[in-house]
Amino acid sequence: MSAFSDGLSALDRPNSYIGKAVPRPNLERLMQGRGLYVSDMELPRMAHVVFLRSPHAHASIVAIDAAAAKRIPGVIAVVTGRELAAVVTPWVGVLSHMKGLKSAPQHAIAIGRVCWQGEAVAAIVATSRAVAEDAAEIVSVEYRELAAVTDMRTALDPETPVIHSSLGDNLAFERQLDVGAVDRAFADSDAVVEAEFVFGRHTGVTLEPRAVVADWNVAEARLTIYQGTQAPHMVQNIAALHLGLEDAQVRVICKDVGGSFGIKVHIYADEMATYALSKLLRRPIKFVADRVESFNTDIHARDHRCKGRIGVNQDGTITAFEIDDLTGIGPYSMYPRTSAIEANQIVNLVGGAYVTKNYRARARVVFQNKNVMCQYRGVGHPIACSVTEGLVDLAASKIGMDPVEIRRRNLVPDDGYPCASPAGLKFELLSHHAAMNKLMGMMDYDALRAEQAALRRSNIHRGIGIASFIEITNPSAAFYGVGGARISSQDGVAVRLDATGSVICQTSISEQGQGSESLTAQIVGSVLGVSIQRVRVILGDTDNTPYGGGTWASRGAGIGGEAALQAAKVLRSNILDVAAAILQSSPAELDIVNDAIVNADDGAPRIELKELARIVYFRPDTLPPGIQPELMATRHFVPRQYPFAFTNGVQACWLEVDTDSGFVKLLRHWVVEDCGRIINPQLVDEQIRGGVVQGLGAALFEHCIYDERGQLTNANMADYLVPMSGEMPDIDVGHVVSPTFETELGAKGAGEAGTAGAAAAVANAVNDALKPFGAVITEIPLTPQVILAALGRI
Amino acid sequence: MKASAFSYARATSVGNALELLIAHGENAKVLSGGQSLMPAMNLRLISPEMIVDIGALAELRGIAVREKVVHIGALTRHVDLARSPEIATHAPLLTQAIGHVAHPAIRNKGTIGGSLAHADPASELPACMVALGATIVVRGQHGERRIAAADFFTGIYQTALTAQELLIAVELPVLPGDSAHFFDEFARRHGDYAIVGLAAQAIVRGEVLADFRPVFFAVGDRPVLAKAASRLVYRPVTPALLSDAAAALAAELEPEGDQQASVSMRRHLAKLLLVRCVATLLGRPDLAAGGPG
Amino acid sequence: MTTAMPISLHVNGEAVVAQVLPRLNLADFLREHLHLTGTHVGCEHGVCGACTVRVNGDIVRSCLTLAVQADNASIETIEGLSDSGEIADLQAAFRDRNALQCGFCTPGMLMAAQDLLKLESSPSRQRIREHLSGNYCRCTGYQAIVDAIETTARARIGREP
Repeated sequence: MSAFSDGLSALDRPNSYIGKAVPRPNLERLMQGRGLYVSDMELPRMAHVVFLRSPHAHASIVAIDAAAAKRIPGVIAVVTGRELAAVVTPWVGVLSHMKGLKSAPQHAIAIGRVCWQGEAVAAIVATSRAVAEDAAEIVSVEYRELAAVTDMRTALDPETPVIHSSLGDNLAFERQLDVGAVDRAFADSDAVVEAEFVFGRHTGVTLEPRAVVADWNVAEARLTIYQGTQAPHMVQNIAALHLGLEDAQVRVICKDVGGSFGIKVHIYADEMATYALSKLLRRPIKFVADRVESFNTDIHARDHRCKGRIGVNQDGTITAFEIDDLTGIGPYSMYPRTSAIEANQIVNLVGGAYVTKNYRARARVVFQNKNVMCQYRGVGHPIACSVTEGLVDLAASKIGMDPVEIRRRNLVPDDGYPCASPAGLKFELLSHHAAMNKLMGMMDYDALRAEQAALRRSNIHRGIGIASFIEITNPSAAFYGVGGARISSQDGVAVRLDATGSVICQTSISEQGQGSESLTAQIVGSVLGVSIQRVRVILGDTDNTPYGGGTWASRGAGIGGEAALQAAKVLRSNILDVAAAILQSSPAELDIVNDAIVNADDGAPRIELKELARIVYFRPDTLPPGIQPELMATRHFVPRQYPFAFTNGVQACWLEVDTDSGFVKLLRHWVVEDCGRIINPQLVDEQIRGGVVQGLGAALFEHCIYDERGQLTNANMADYLVPMSGEMPDIDVGHVVSPTFETELGAKGAGEAGTAGAAAAVANAVNDALKPFGAVITEIPLTPQVILAALGRI
Repeated sequence: MKASAFSYARATSVGNALELLIAHGENAKVLSGGQSLMPAMNLRLISPEMIVDIGALAELRGIAVREKVVHIGALTRHVDLARSPEIATHAPLLTQAIGHVAHPAIRNKGTIGGSLAHADPASELPACMVALGATIVVRGQHGERRIAAADFFTGIYQTALTAQELLIAVELPVLPGDSAHFFDEFARRHGDYAIVGLAAQAIVRGEVLADFRPVFFAVGDRPVLAKAASRLVYRPVTPALLSDAAAALAAELEPEGDQQASVSMRRHLAKLLLVRCVATLLGRPDLAAGGPG
Repeated sequence: MTTAMPISLHVNGEAVVAQVLPRLNLADFLREHLHLTGTHVGCEHGVCGACTVRVNGDIVRSCLTLAVQADNASIETIEGLSDSGEIADLQAAFRDRNALQCGFCTPGMLMAAQDLLKLESSPSRQRIREHLSGNYCRCTGYQAIVDAIETTARARIGREP
């Protein structure tokens, strides 16, 4: 695979940036407050839209009277769903590979009926957000309230109203899996333990709310959408489709994005409405969700009740896993990725780290009159991990075995690859045991156990929680494409040497702060032999990048990075061809190091790249005859061999429970992650830390609390508790490296690993701390109330 | 969310502020630090027609000790209280409590007058005022009134202040030399409103509490000076006695249940705080060892 | 009256005169009237810290301050602190430690961090976490930010990190 005479691959060369903690190139402007987020943007004649939103979870819209609102100075238009339907068509959030998934058409603004508290019923466009809000207050809407479906446990009961009569019932999707001989395995087990795991619905809370500026230029017949989306080409495709345009008439530009984590990868009704309003009104329209709106309309996630069973023998062998998962989404499956993916992933992932061959699963996804729900960092992983690792700890407890020991006896051996899980997941190479060994060293497990025992004698209750996990990264078309979604699973990078020696990269992956620009520059710089200061990366603009999938499902490094590597290799080869012609040498005798062509054998500089570029661009008359220099190259990459690149990791949580107050203090957290080759260790570790803290938030704090009428009761930042600095621990991160051989880069994804296992580790730690009291809790968030109740103190 | 439109006037004197309040009645709100008023306005929970900004009234600033009384101007910011040597000397309970109030940026603007007039039952300062035996000084068109803190807080966001009065100062009696204090609250995150809190002043003589004023907050519609405290004064405190007092406290309180805590959880946490408070004041960790029982 | 009122103030050392509606908050004034968009809006109820600026030397929530209240005040935003070089070492530490990812919380974080370092020259990690407890970050999980502030504090008092 090496094209280099010294036998090293492009990535292991002396001046390689691969594996180095190089600072990201775009930080200065962000630190000076000189970034440009869509929420900062202003365009000439730009107007602001405020959505009037339903106060009811389920209601018929009887009448809308906007006459008084329209008369307020500064109000440009008040537009209802019916009026907007002339400009934008509805959509249905289904994919054909989710067999049986059904959903009803959803409009950009509700027509005739609202199905969740917060759904938009009208758009008010005005010269400022404040004026639009004033006008929204006096738009008079007459509703007739309908019975709301707000409890997933009864959503399928015959007495419960069916939200969409055309669908027949409230079941969006069901999947069943039965592998091996589960009943026999349970019957033969020494012990069977079961529990119901309950997960509080929560949401992403990106600090920059969702923001869109849609600019329809009627003269050019072109729509420019400024939006912090993770998948700009997907937005281009869908906006064109539903607005009756060609893809080429739509340009999507991302700008700086103030956090996404999956929240901004979906298609939102109010954003589609914003595009449509621009087309209708023929001027730029800006929509920035305020914080209350964000809570009510950003996708929620992980609202699940999962019954789990595990069979275990006295020698620690886990004999079978079984789950029955129920999730309550909103009234529509989200578009275009569907709200069945989370449940589907749970079925796929439970038990996946273990050798246990007997596995049965059922997952049902039901509609509710609550906010829509869809993929948020980690998607189904946190639930699959919490259920699996919670069951494994219960099994360990049942037979009196140490939780690390039971895992050592059941995790897939490190030399057991390639292999497949009972759910059919194909693993190339994982490292569960090496990761566990590393974790034990990092945390000094035995010392912590001793400390725990000593402190228990003083009535101080600390707990250790362990969570092993597998993670899906680098997805192929198997994720969405096979189901008919126009979501690309390939990515491309175009790289060129410019006239004064700069290297310009255009990549189809996108940046929300994880370091997409940096990883691209590091790879290109390393492969080409140029200093990273000379490399400029352009992304987040469908007019100026290759076509691609974007950044989601932890695919940016593995897929986009491979495309960057391959494109840079081609450019390097092209440069050496020209250099050889200029220097009357051969490409094999030359190399590029530190921005210059050098002799491959002794490293002596021959000609600087910028001089070569000058000749190519301005003095091609001086080149030997017949040469057509090509200083630009594009390569795309798509995973073909493995539908996903699996990674693995293990996390540990060390915490203290005040059994008098129920309060939990997080003392420390550890992660050992195997994500294959690491391009920038600092960026990877920081992604892991950020992901962990989101999982800690879910474990202890975050919960979208609905009442029985379907009202979200805590839609503000004082009542919805996000993790803040005062309560979070320091997190130690270590790595094992099992590269993927599907790519030359060998990188797998890492963006979601922290979130995948953190809540599981916390829950296991709390239960570990409470062992002397015989309390077992299988719900999150683990609030002081929940803990005190489990202890029987209240 | 953007606030509704309103008129704005910057008061040039206390008298001028009162004139404006009288002229606009229920349609006017006083703007002091704005840290409680502005969120409510931005969320459009309230839409006053007139905002009377008293921020320029220098006469309402300052902390001074005169004749055994600590005078605190209503516009004294939380950060000023936190940094004040006079407060550290004469009301260390306040110095400690202020650290629990929100966050630095909020404390740089929020004022004691604003906090007390707002009377959020879950906030720290009203309870401290009751524990310290403070006097709230208000001025109206007919002159000044002095209201004991224990009488000032009358309900959720309700005080003895009328709409035509301005809270202008707080007076704290200089405490005796053997005073001790205790402050703690249960909050999910640093700076959050308390789930249950306790601000206590006491006089400790040897192994006995000679005076004990434990004031609980976030346990009802106003700060509650626990009557159960009287069981612990002037007698040796045993675990059994403390347990009785805690039980009496639980019976005395009528907390609300909400998303943060149920009624029984608030009672439980209040008992726990009482036990920890007494154990700390008396230097008796053994009293806290068993929890509230 | 709900008509515009005149205000006269200094922003990053520059004299500014404007006519503003009473309802306009300082964050929106800075962002929309002066086009200083480094101050961000994340919640508008004073909880997230993204809008933190300095008014007369004190950090405050600009979303909870009316522009009319800033009359005769001296406002400093992240742009001003950057241009003056006051936080250059802190910014370098943030860069080296990757103490920012999306960057949206960063101006507020830098404001709060500098505020702490002006008050305390050698804050413990716990004190750093406390002082930042009103600034929400979703990307970093806070540890890198604490590290960068700790490093800067040490460097400022001349010790090796």
